[in-house]
Formats: sequence, C-alpha cells, structure tokens
Amino acid sequence: MAVELTINDDLHTLDVDPQMPLLWAIRDIAGLTGTKFGCGKALCGACTVLLDGQAVRSCALPVSAAAGRSVTTIEGLSADGNHPLQVAWRELNVPQCGYCQSGQIMSAAALLERNPQPTDTDIDTAMSGNICRCGTYTRIRKAIHRAAEDRS
Amino acid sequence: MSDIQRITRRDFLKRTGQAGGGLVLAMTVTTACGPDAEMRTVTADGKFVPNVYVNLRKDGVVEIYCHRSEMGQGIRTCLPQVIADEMEADWDRIELIQAIGDEKYGDQNTDGSTSIRRHFDLLRRAGASAREMLIMAAAQLWQVPAAECEARDHAVHHVAGGHHAGYGDLVEHLADIDVPENPTFKAPEDYRYIGKSIDLIDGFAMTTGVANYGIDTQLPDMLYASIERCPVHGGKVRDFNDGAARQIAGVVDVVRMPDPTAPPFYNPLGGVAVLASNTWAAQKGREALEINWDNGPNAAYSSEKYREELLISCCNEGKLILNRGDAAAAFAGGAKTHAVEYYAPHLAQSPMEPPAATALIHGDGRCEVWASTQDPQSAQNTVASILGLDKEEVTVNVTLLGGGFGRKSKSDFVAEAAWLAKKAGKPVKVTWTREDDLRHGYFHTVSAQHLEASIDEGGNVSSWLHRTAFPSIASTFEDASTKPAVWELGLGFVDSPYAIPNMRLETGDAKAHLRIGWLRSVCNIYHAFAASSFADELAHVVGEDPKDFLVKLIGPDRKIDPTEDGAKYSNYGQSLDTHPIDTGRIKAVLEKAAEMAGWGRELPDGHGLGIAVHRSFLTSVATVAEVSADSSGKLRVHKLWTALDAGTVINPDRVRAQMEGAGIYGMSLTLHGEITAEDGAVVQGNFDTYPVVRINEAPAEIDVHIMNVDAPPGGVGEPGVPPVAPAIANAWFAATGARIRELPFRNAGVV
Repeated sequence: MAVELTINDDLHTLDVDPQMPLLWAIRDIAGLTGTKFGCGKALCGACTVLLDGQAVRSCALPVSAAAGRSVTTIEGLSADGNHPLQVAWRELNVPQCGYCQSGQIMSAAALLERNPQPTDTDIDTAMSGNICRCGTYTRIRKAIHRAAEDRS
Repeated sequence: MSDIQRITRRDFLKRTGQAGGGLVLAMTVTTACGPDAEMRTVTADGKFVPNVYVNLRKDGVVEIYCHRSEMGQGIRTCLPQVIADEMEADWDRIELIQAIGDEKYGDQNTDGSTSIRRHFDLLRRAGASAREMLIMAAAQLWQVPAAECEARDHAVHHVAGGHHAGYGDLVEHLADIDVPENPTFKAPEDYRYIGKSIDLIDGFAMTTGVANYGIDTQLPDMLYASIERCPVHGGKVRDFNDGAARQIAGVVDVVRMPDPTAPPFYNPLGGVAVLASNTWAAQKGREALEINWDNGPNAAYSSEKYREELLISCCNEGKLILNRGDAAAAFAGGAKTHAVEYYAPHLAQSPMEPPAATALIHGDGRCEVWASTQDPQSAQNTVASILGLDKEEVTVNVTLLGGGFGRKSKSDFVAEAAWLAKKAGKPVKVTWTREDDLRHGYFHTVSAQHLEASIDEGGNVSSWLHRTAFPSIASTFEDASTKPAVWELGLGFVDSPYAIPNMRLETGDAKAHLRIGWLRSVCNIYHAFAASSFADELAHVVGEDPKDFLVKLIGPDRKIDPTEDGAKYSNYGQSLDTHPIDTGRIKAVLEKAAEMAGWGRELPDGHGLGIAVHRSFLTSVATVAEVSADSSGKLRVHKLWTALDAGTVINPDRVRAQMEGAGIYGMSLTLHGEITAEDGAVVQGNFDTYPVVRINEAPAEIDVHIMNVDAPPGGVGEPGVPPVAPAIANAWFAATGARIRELPFRNAGVV
C-alpha cells in the first residue's frame, strides 16, 4: 500500500505496510539515515522528527499517521546546516559520539518554535524524552540558550 | 616507546592491495630496525608516504589515517592534532581518513583509554619524521644545511637564503630522503595544536545528520536481519516453526544461526535470524517465530539468589592477593573496628546506537564489513574465523560508533552479519534492538565486597581488610574461570593509595552466568565505590572531616608499587616509572576538587557534599558531589566538581567533555543501573526498565579542572567514572545520615 507524505519539502510515495513505524520508512525506504533508532518504544528520543512542526518519536508512530502531512528530519532542518541550534551545537562542541544529537536538535527545534526563550526548567521538561548516554546534557542546555539568544 | 618497523613494498602491496605502493613505515610499540634505501620512495600516484598514518599529496593536502575508533571520546579530532602539530601542517589542509582494520597500524583496539596514553609518542613520531624528511628534501634542493631550515605553516623555509617551499611542492623531491630513525619532537612551548581546544572534526556531520554510524550503511540489494537469541546465556535452539514469520510481507528468508560456543568468546549467540527487505519486516517476522529453546546450564540462574551467595563468598576468608604488615594482629589490638559489605549489580553499556553491522561477500569470496566496532582487527579475525577465510580476505571498515563503552570491543554482531551475508548470498545488515542490547550483552560484572578496618587509640586506621568477589571477564574466554584475572585486580584494588600500615587484600570465588565484558572503567567502578565510601565511613567513625581524613589516609607524598606488598600489578600496561602511583598527585586533585566545591562552606538545609578520589587508567580524578534530599526523601544531584591529573592533555575541551560525560554515566549507574536475571534470563528490556539519567536529572553544572602537569599522558575516557558513585554516596550520607552500600540507589528508595 502506498503512503504519500512530504519529507523535507519533497513529496514521497512510499510503498510500505502502513503500520511500519515512520522511522523505518524514513531510514530504510526513503533512505534518510540522519534519524536514528535507539529503543523502538518512544523511550529515548533518538528518532525525533517534526510532524507538521511538532516533535514526534518516529519509531512509535505508524507511517500511515504521517500520510498527507509534512515531516522534517535533521537533514531538512536547514538548507545549509546552519540553523541556530546546529550552529550553537558546533560552537559549544556539544556532540560526543553524536548519535543522539539529531533527535536532540529536533526536540530543541520544536521547543524553540513554541517557546523562543526557554528557562532551564523549560528545557529539562521539553528535552527529558531524549537520552544521551555520552552525557552531553549540560552543554545541550547551554546550546539551546545560545541558539535562543541568536534567534532573538 | 614507539619504534619503527619497516615493511617492504611488496609486503605493503600484499597487505593493502593498493596500486602504486611506495615508502611505508609501520610503527609499532615493539619493533625497530634501521633505514633501508630500497624502500625510500614516493608513490607512483605522487604521494609522499612517510608512514602508514600520513600521506602528503602534491596539492599539499595531508591525508591522516585515524586508526582508532571514534565513539565520542574525540579521537578523530585529537589524533590529527598530534600528527599535524609535529608535522607543522595546517589544520585546514588535512584530510582525515578512517583506517580499516589492519595490523600494519599496530594496536587498534579502542579500549582501556589507550588512544593517547599508549600512542602519543607513536603519533608524534609519525608527524615529526614527516617534518624532518620535508626539511631534508628542501635543504637538498636548495643546497643548504638542513639545520638552517625550518618547517612552519605547511612549508619549509630557509630564511637566510630567501627560500620557501610549500609541502606539496616538495613531494617530488622526497624520493631519496631517509626516514629519520629518531626524529626530534617539538618542544611543548612550540605546540600549535597539542593542548588546544580545537573544534570537533565531525561537528558539522554530527549536527546535520550526514555522519555515518554502523546502523547507517546502505548497500544495493541489501537484506535487513533481526535475530531472536536464546533468552538464557549458553542456551540454544531446539527447534522452531517459521511458518507465520514467512507470511509477513517483506520477509525473504528465515535462517538458523550457528549455535553459540562455550566459552562464548566473540562468537555469535546463535538463535534464528529473519532476513527481510527492511528492518521493520525483519522485526515483525522475528516476532512471529515460534522457537523451542534448550536453555542450557544457566537456566536456573537467579541474580537475587546469586547476590546472597556472592555476599557470603566475600565474607569468608579468601585468596590472599596483597599483604602488608600484620592485619590480624592489628585487628586484635585495635580500639575500634568497622566492617561492612558493598554490592554492585550487573550493568549494560547500552550505547545509544545498538550493535549494528553490514557485510558483503564479494564475487571472489572476500568479505567486506562496515561496523561500529571498537576493535576492527578483532572483528577481522572473528569474521575470518566464522567464514573460514584468511584475515587478509576480510576488510573491516570502521564507521562512527554511536557510543561504545566497551560493548563494541566484542565483534559478535559483526560476525553475525558476515555469516548471514554468506548464507543469503546478498549483503546483510544486522541491527540489534534495544532489547537485544540489554538482554544479550557482555555485561559489566556483579560484585560483592567486604571491608573491615581497625582504628587505633589515636584515631588512625591501623589495619584494612578488603575482599572482593565477582565473576571475571576471563569467563568469556575460559569456561571454568571462577577467579579474577590479575589485571582486573589492578583496577582499583591492589593499587590502593592508602598509607595504612597493615593491609590485607583477598578475593573470593565467583562463577559467571551471563557473558561478562568491559564497561567504561570496568572493575574500578565497584572497587572505587566500596573503598572510597568506606574511607568516608571511617572518617565519620573517628569524627573527622572526610576530606582531611582522606588526605591523611593517603598519607605522605610517595610512589606506590603494589608488588612490594606481594601483589601482581601491571599498571595498565605502562611503566610505573613514567606513570607512577604518585600520592602527591592524587592528593593534589583531591585538594583542588575540594577547593572548587568550596568544601566546608555552609550549605542549604538538606544539602550535603561528598568527595572521592581515584586513580585509574594512569589518571587521578577527584569528584565532589553536592546532593540534597527533598521533602519526600528523594535524592537530587545539584552539582559535580571534578579535578583531574591526566598529565599532558591534547585537547582540553574534549577532556572536559569526557569528565562531564563520565559524571552523567557515573550518575546513571549510581542511581538507576541494574541488570537482573530470573530463570537465567535478563529481566530488563528497554529504557523503561533500565533507566538512565536524563536531562531533568542532570546537575546544573559539572565543573572540570585539568591540572597543569608536565608528565606523559594518562587515560581520559574512563577515569572520570569511578569517583562519581562514592562521591554521591558520601554526599548523601552528609545530607541525610544514611549510608547506601548497594548500587543502584533506586533500590534504597531514594530515586
């Protein structure tokens, strides 16, 4: 069965089981591997993408739920890789292994869209669904604040 | 120290299969031989290749081969920093290439926090010999003494003669230049990159989604595999029904894997694999399998019962490992004694990227894999063994690792992909689920420890008995192993820095019932938790300030050699002369961390400070934690302060990042981490049942201070972890008066 959805402004028609999680449709079928698999149960946030601007865990969302809607992955967050969050992440050298950072940045992007000047508490609430085993949390907080400043 | 081993051009061609060939030097830590004119050359395609780590192209670009795996420690930034600095190469004109697994690079096993501490001289040599050869070539070209020439800014200069030549322009003049046997290293004051916080080389890729990890490999016509393995370690498939699985759309084949071996080594764990056209179909097909298992010899294993056995084992007299003075006599004459047990459970490394690998069998039978492996040469050997190939017929491409923490040193998952690719006749990607990762890992071992001390009339610790019992990592390689390996006891046990006149260290027996492996800082985790918590307990027994007491316990400035008290000790494979157990340096980080934290200051109600210091991987780290109990008795870590002495540091920001990360990793195992087993099977399956610290639990800040010490580099990736658990335990005691002697703290109801 074909599911039509927009990924990073490109219309895709994916011939997949509609129950397939959006994550695997993005990675295995659309071939965009920036969105990561970490748990398969919406517990770690590595797979976070934006669905019509809202952060969702793509590993636990059937691709059919994205039909006719717009998905933004890390590859589509900015045209040149210079979204204020991406810039701040690099300026503060946030990543260690880097694996969870796509999901972290996408969660942060959704946060800044709805709350352009978040407090530490706002950040902790919004970002607590994203695990980083390397432990970059204190830098993530700083980078979100810096990106918020740069946007204002 | 590093030396140079020459490899003939023919050897090089044979090993790499590269056309062109040329001058190649392999640097190893063991071999040396002199210059050999036969091998001096520039490759046919016009590259200057002074050694296996450096190629200089005619366009001036320096290609640097990173032979260590990147798993978040920053080695892909730090390794070229060292080479480029010694070579006087411009940072903007280097191109980093990830090396395949090949013994020509020497040791590639990225574990033990070894990448810098064991390879710093080798990397400096790689850069310095290239620099000296460039100078020689320029001097010859200009007919001037080499001593009057200088390499700087990617060029050689002869100021008096007004000569300047860019590195690329010198390539064609290098064919007849000898490789220097003992190149001179730069003076530290001349470093351009070493010691500087250079930005991450992979920063752009990691923030834009284009960085490639083991899970990201995509090959034409590739199949995706998911494997159901026996829930019990050592078990195997009895029989299975794949009828329903084969009905799932996208499922291509169902394959019984080869049975696991005993001992397990790095071999696949057996089970049944579902091959499909995408990951989801493979996972769905796997769920539809009906498998009867022969659960094997560990089917009755209960970690709760085992905990009791281990606590008994550590309370009985054990095997003597280190003996100083006469502990028994001191106990008999002590004014006070204090005796307790500590316990720490199994842990899973749980890197964010579960194990993943992709394999392709070429038309000529050679195997090529892409894997997030910490140890590509071991992966090469394991794959060769399972496919019946020579290791030269196996190419291991190393991707970025989405975390490793020791798990990805073991190449079982790489061997699974290779075996399935051969079976399927197509490329196969194996992706472990999180449940696979938490249930079928090489777990951090479970441990119980007994500590007992006597205190004399003057309030000094007069004797110390420490007995440790844990299933050894050796059990992964020897089925009958019930005793710790010597090297395991060198991780925070026999290397105790305490100046106690009577000390007795013993071990108890323990048999493994799960696969056991390395986890970031390994045995140091539980040894430091017990010894550094117990030291704090003793401070309170005698009524002294815990920091002052600890300074006294470590005693006078001196260098410790555990072999003097009868222990075997390998000092992480390096010399005690270059990397001593130096109590002065240990106390210095302790004092510094205390100063950073404002030790002794007045604290808010309900807050407490705790301190711990531990030397591991040749680096001393002290951590202070500030914690509090809220109105419902739950623990919060407000801040961590860490001071470390790692000797020479390549990239201070990466060192700080490792300490920040170690703080969080240490908090996870202190507060949450526990793998348990019932009926032989691991109970936990995902981050709901194996919780880890999230951002809302992270301290407000983790302050890090790097001591400025002129000494050879120590390890960095692991040594930040061990002091975290005891610092938090000691802070919790300071805040609440309650002593927690078992990890994780959530079992004590405080999380």
